[in-house]
Amino acid sequence: MTDRTHSSRTSRRRFLAGAGALAGGLGLALRIRPADATPEAMAEAIKQVVGQAKLQQGKIKLELPPLVENGNTVPLTVSVESPMTEAAHVRRIHLFNEKNPQPYVATFHLGPRSGRSSVSARLRLADSQHVVAIAELSDGSLWTTRVHVVVTIAACLEEIG
Amino acid sequence: MGRHFRIVERTLRAVIFPIVVVATPAFAAEIPPSEKRSGYFFMSRETQAMQDDLTANPGMLSVLDGEALWSRKAGAADRACADCHGDASASMKGVAARYPAFDATRGRPINLDQRINSCRAERQQATPLPYESKDLLALSAYVATQSRGMPVTPPDDPRLERFREAGRAFYEVRQGQLNLACGHCHDDNWGKRLAGALIPQAHPNGYPIYRLEWQSVGSLQRRLRNCLIGMRAEHFDYGAPEYVDLELYLAWRGRGLPVEAPAVRP
Amino acid sequence: MARTLINVPKTAKRGQVIEIKTLISHPMETGFRPDRSGKLVPRDIINKFVCTYNDVEVFRADLHPAIAANPFISFSTVATESGTLAFTWTDDAGKIYAEKANIVVE
Repeated sequence: MTDRTHSSRTSRRRFLAGAGALAGGLGLALRIRPADATPEAMAEAIKQVVGQAKLQQGKIKLELPPLVENGNTVPLTVSVESPMTEAAHVRRIHLFNEKNPQPYVATFHLGPRSGRSSVSARLRLADSQHVVAIAELSDGSLWTTRVHVVVTIAACLEEIG
Repeated sequence: MGRHFRIVERTLRAVIFPIVVVATPAFAAEIPPSEKRSGYFFMSRETQAMQDDLTANPGMLSVLDGEALWSRKAGAADRACADCHGDASASMKGVAARYPAFDATRGRPINLDQRINSCRAERQQATPLPYESKDLLALSAYVATQSRGMPVTPPDDPRLERFREAGRAFYEVRQGQLNLACGHCHDDNWGKRLAGALIPQAHPNGYPIYRLEWQSVGSLQRRLRNCLIGMRAEHFDYGAPEYVDLELYLAWRGRGLPVEAPAVRP
Repeated sequence: MARTLINVPKTAKRGQVIEIKTLISHPMETGFRPDRSGKLVPRDIINKFVCTYNDVEVFRADLHPAIAANPFISFSTVATESGTLAFTWTDDAGKIYAEKANIVVE
């Protein structure tokens, strides 16, 4: 088996051009981020949804992998401790993110017919960031939790098209 | 022929590989059978679960499309795949596991996508489906999944030998601006990280795959093209014999691994 | 018609909590992605998913671009009576994709 190279000597400049192209290729994968994709935007979105109500820690659990191989599809399961009866149930679960171009992820509407308050979905995350979940209970109380996810990206990227 | 260290290799080792790689002219020999691992093993538990649960595997959407196409009449012959092949779960069992296979008409190996298109042209008198089209991927996924769980079994056909050797030579040659051969990553450094991503052994047993990076199903050729672009090497048009020869070599190199189509991969 | 994959148990005991899994093929184009020329590809997502059980809404999801392509949603409901579970997905253009599954509850 022979070792045929394209050139007898690869100059440092050509290598840097190649490495730059690889890095440039990496840049292509990052979605553009307008100025308002920040934790502040997420805080503002949360305020829009829950108003001035107090957010308490507890009752709600957010399962997300701490590190994902690809931010395009991140599995998530959110669940709330609740008997899910007519008298005491989860009304809504809201999900937010802090570094995508916009902070909303989803709102799930549940009720006594749900049986359990567990919902699973798949998100896309543009970068390593926090995901925040807020549960609204039938008694009006709000419960929140947050998880940090590290997002890695593919090393070798396809050019667009 | 001496191998002198080049600036590029020293920089590569420092920048790209976290561990010093000795740039030898030949790779470590073929991965020993006891260490041969499907790409499945290099994925997170969550991605593995996405593949295993056929009621939640996104590749299954393509398989369902393929199932519908299987029964749809096509072409001037107004014939469906089912009209000749009947129930795919019986007639297509084991087929994907032994592709690429030798095609006597062409005098060379062809892959499953090309086989499907041959049938379309010759038996259905329909226009071949474009490479990477939704319909071709769907039929390919549907046929491939009929071999799910079966070992990749390249045919023991002496006519394939020189094409497999051409595939092997392509796998082993240094290419592109980064002057890398496939084996530098996939024989010498599998299991280690490249820019945060775990390097797998590059086996074809999952294809066609739902790749999270693509957010859709794609073929092995798409992935090979993707690699060549990443290596900043010359890449070819879909259907190029270079790809099929390489697919043939990869099937031999990955023989015995279970077909996982439709696999999920990052 | 977008391809869907629904998983609902065929039978259940009255009062049993059943898990429902749904998958639909859709690119969920965020509106933030540039095409080859640098222009933004317009937003095109499924923004609402509803499940009714014998015509009574039992689950609803409002979705945003941060939901991954080919949206997967799994949730639960109490098996109250035999009948039909109906699923609708609505996209930004108002187009509705619909599927049904029957369940026998003893």
